[in-house]
Amino acid sequence: MASKTSDILNKRKKLVLETWINNQLQDPTLREDLMTNQELHGQSEELLDSFNQAIRSGNYTDIDSQEYYPVLDILNSLSVTRAHAGFSPRETATFVLSLKRAIVEVLQQELAQDQALLISEILKISDLLDSLSISTLEAFIKGREEVILRQTNEINEISTPVIRVWEGILALPIIGTLDSERTQIIMENLLQEIVNTSSNIAILDISGVPTVDTLVAQHLIKTVSAARLMGAECIISGIRPEIAQTIVHLGIDLLGVQTKASLAAALQTAFSRQQLSVVKAKAKP
Amino acid sequence: MTMISLNKETLKIGTEQDVILFRQRLKEYATKIGMSLLNQTKLITASSELVRNILVYAKKGEVLIEVVSDRLQTGIRVTFKDQGPGIADVQKALQDGYSTGKSLGLGLPGAKRLVNFFDIQSTPGHGTTVTIIRWKR
Repeated sequence: MASKTSDILNKRKKLVLETWINNQLQDPTLREDLMTNQELHGQSEELLDSFNQAIRSGNYTDIDSQEYYPVLDILNSLSVTRAHAGFSPRETATFVLSLKRAIVEVLQQELAQDQALLISEILKISDLLDSLSISTLEAFIKGREEVILRQTNEINEISTPVIRVWEGILALPIIGTLDSERTQIIMENLLQEIVNTSSNIAILDISGVPTVDTLVAQHLIKTVSAARLMGAECIISGIRPEIAQTIVHLGIDLLGVQTKASLAAALQTAFSRQQLSVVKAKAKP
Repeated sequence: MTMISLNKETLKIGTEQDVILFRQRLKEYATKIGMSLLNQTKLITASSELVRNILVYAKKGEVLIEVVSDRLQTGIRVTFKDQGPGIADVQKALQDGYSTGKSLGLGLPGAKRLVNFFDIQSTPGHGTTVTIIRWKR
């Protein structure tokens, strides 16, 4: 079956494109900061061409079939780029949905004499564009997930630094949840750094750890024991009042481990262990 | 004493990430009812122990968070349910330092000490349900 809409789209492509772009430009949510008019024009024309190609086959329903591959390709890559650029789902979906309005407007003009045909064409086009916009959203969400995954990896990479604060003194600020995997990374980094810098004091700061339960405590104790085997003494700092009370109620025994409320206090202890003292510089006369 | 549930939410637990999400949700609820920071920490730590038990022993399960009120006070009730192996000797499991796994053996007894109400029902081979309540103050 030849498609009536396709014929009309062929004939009136310029008008549809213009109406569509005008619709998009009028939309208050259009992100002119994120893309130029020229880009919008290019993307719109590309999609309209491939869309027209696809419906020429007469297939209005099955967007998984071969005719729609190019359309879906364009939509997918467009959604993913938009997701990465920071567009909202609404802004992305509006792109496809506003095409519906443009086509319907042109069909109305062209098929004004034949109401029955007009309605059946509009219904078909409407269903088709709905399912295309759903697949746009799916691709959009996938793009977002990629962003999240990348960020997670980045956080894991940067979240366990071992800092050399003074000769022989290492500090390890721990931020976020301590699970087995992260403890392993932290422990490896710390032990390696103890060897590299021949340090004998390591300060583990847990100010940034939201919850200290028995598993986290167990991980900390293991890290401390391992460091001790290598001849380094550990000080755990950053124990907040509510964490201290919780640890007591849980019944965790941290008596064998030196603990301090703040990193400053831990640093002071570390200095005195090294027989260092920090004194105020004498004021110049 | 009748207890009314004001607001509730069920979360599935199956991975380490679910634990983090669950703790965040729990914190939101606790903050919303105005629970003090200390009690929040106690509730979250106790819940963290129990949800960890689900992951370690039953692999998966679900958690129900409820804001409850008995007219005198408001608090949060959390129900941890799994279809895991169950606990053969609940009394023993509630003793400090007893563990069938490789942990410190403080999770269950510690969690019990951190909350106002603690109930555990377990049938070996069928699973375990733990219910805790922490009042706002």
